[in-house]
Amino acid sequence: MALLTATKVGHQFGGLCAVADFNLELHYGDLMGVIGPNGAGKTTVFNLITGVYRATEGSICFKGTELVGKNPNQIAALHIGRTFQNIRLFRDLSVLDNVRIAHHAQVNYTPLEGLLHLGRYRREEQRTIDNSRLLLAIFKLEHLAGETAKNLPYGLQRRLEIARALAISPELLLLDEPAAGMNPNEIDQLMDLIQWIRQEFKLTILLIEHQMKLVMGICERIKVLDFGVTLAEGPPKMIQNHPKVLEAYLGEIPVE
Amino acid sequence: MIDLLRKQWNLLLEKRWLVPALLATGFGLAFVIPEYHLLSVYVQLILMYVGINIILAVSLNLVNGYMGEFSLAHAGFMAVGAYTAVLLTMKVLPVTDFPLLFPCAVLAGGLAAALLGMIVAIPSFKVRGDYLAIITLAFLMIVKSMIENIDFIGGPRGIPGIMKLTTLPWVFFWTVTLVWMIRNFIYSKYGRGVLSIREDEIASDLMSVNTQQVKLFAFMLSSFCAGIAGALFAHLLQFISPRIFDITKSTDILIMVYLGGIASIGGSILGATLFTVLLELLRPSTMAALLSWLPSFVFDPLNEHFISHLGVWRMVIMPLALILVMLYWPRGIMGLREFRGFIPRRDREAHHYINPQGEEPHGAIDRH
Repeated sequence: MALLTATKVGHQFGGLCAVADFNLELHYGDLMGVIGPNGAGKTTVFNLITGVYRATEGSICFKGTELVGKNPNQIAALHIGRTFQNIRLFRDLSVLDNVRIAHHAQVNYTPLEGLLHLGRYRREEQRTIDNSRLLLAIFKLEHLAGETAKNLPYGLQRRLEIARALAISPELLLLDEPAAGMNPNEIDQLMDLIQWIRQEFKLTILLIEHQMKLVMGICERIKVLDFGVTLAEGPPKMIQNHPKVLEAYLGEIPVE
Repeated sequence: MIDLLRKQWNLLLEKRWLVPALLATGFGLAFVIPEYHLLSVYVQLILMYVGINIILAVSLNLVNGYMGEFSLAHAGFMAVGAYTAVLLTMKVLPVTDFPLLFPCAVLAGGLAAALLGMIVAIPSFKVRGDYLAIITLAFLMIVKSMIENIDFIGGPRGIPGIMKLTTLPWVFFWTVTLVWMIRNFIYSKYGRGVLSIREDEIASDLMSVNTQQVKLFAFMLSSFCAGIAGALFAHLLQFISPRIFDITKSTDILIMVYLGGIASIGGSILGATLFTVLLELLRPSTMAALLSWLPSFVFDPLNEHFISHLGVWRMVIMPLALILVMLYWPRGIMGLREFRGFIPRRDREAHHYINPQGEEPHGAIDRH
């Protein structure tokens, strides 16, 4: 059974068609890449899956649950985590709180218990803190737990964002350009990290990326979008030589 | 020497008995002071106003500071709480026979305000920033003109002759309870949700925070506290009219919040105290009394032009002070920081990075 199935998904901004007839099937444990030129509708696909936008057509099914029409927080509570193209941390909050907030749906106590700090409050808070510190330790950020998120250097902010996404204990993780602004050395580290968390957290990963090195290096399947339309889908080898893909990236190849 | 003192001070702050001890002392004083006239009636009155203003500032800070919205409706919630409680004590409950019914009336005022807070929370699901500020302003006007047009509760003339039921122990009790509850709320998952909404609402929604629910709870708690403050205020002033709860009242609370610093309970307490005391100091009679020790060729209270016009001048001095604070101290006294005493031990320890020297951060620490 597929983990995530998108069938004939379409989305329009006013008259502009951002995504049309988008089909996707992700199986448990897949690592899939989405590539395409700027404005191809890649991030829109992420926003449709996570509920930021509501698909105007089609359906998105996650483990048998229809996602179209649900709020982002309901979808996140189903264990779909994501990061953002331009980092969107809670900048003025501490590193620890950034991770702690993402536990929201998993922390079980009523507002009254929260107001009086009674009942399940203590146990649940301690569990959240322990889990958050564990995640920070995994990403080697534990010593920065009390630091304000905006004070972290860029690379660490990227790492913190992944840690935060993992805090909702996702089954499906959506990474939006995780390697943006990284140098080749950092990209290598990131590739290892993605492979590692995939194993460790038993994740299914869908990622958007412009860095071909990363996409071709770790993705098992790649989907190419252009102007909201799927151009091609297949293993990296096939995509590299696909005429339509080359055309979209390099322009039309003159016929001699 | 100073290091040693500071170390002792920090050790003292860590003691578990400190907060209960302080509260017990405070509560004891609140009982003893009126009983044995340790302070003049006037000073007692100011203390009670300080308490009420602390409730107002801390609860408004929940929405304006922690959540980052701009609500002007606080005086409206106060009015609802005040009128509800006054109607109960004057017409329904036999308070003279059973004094313990007074807190029930105050609680009812708070609950009525919370109900209205729920209604204000609903537009906040869709609207943010300036637009929400305008909606809350409209709400304030609706409340005011509704009260003005209901003859049964005195219309624009208000209600005179309210019993003076608010006493120092009651004010102390409500202030401590409500500040404690707001602090608890902030250091719960709902409070962290409130903070994340201020930082980035969409990201917070995507990180599984139920933003609508969190906003609803925050607005309701904030208006609940405002309602209780209103009920206490009414039974202290012994007269209420719609004019008392207009935009200037909301502005006063805003000044306390921004003077003390946004997103800080300690700041709001400081801001409310400073504001109330400063406003009282600027009264002509207080100023005259304060300066009367000066020889009369330097200062003659009866003849002093400045003093006799202070009533007008303080309406210039306070806003001017606010402008200066905003210009040179834009985050207020404690902006985004908190006294460590207000942060739960668990939170402090969780954020704590034990550095190789094993040193602890001291004094007021950055909580964000």
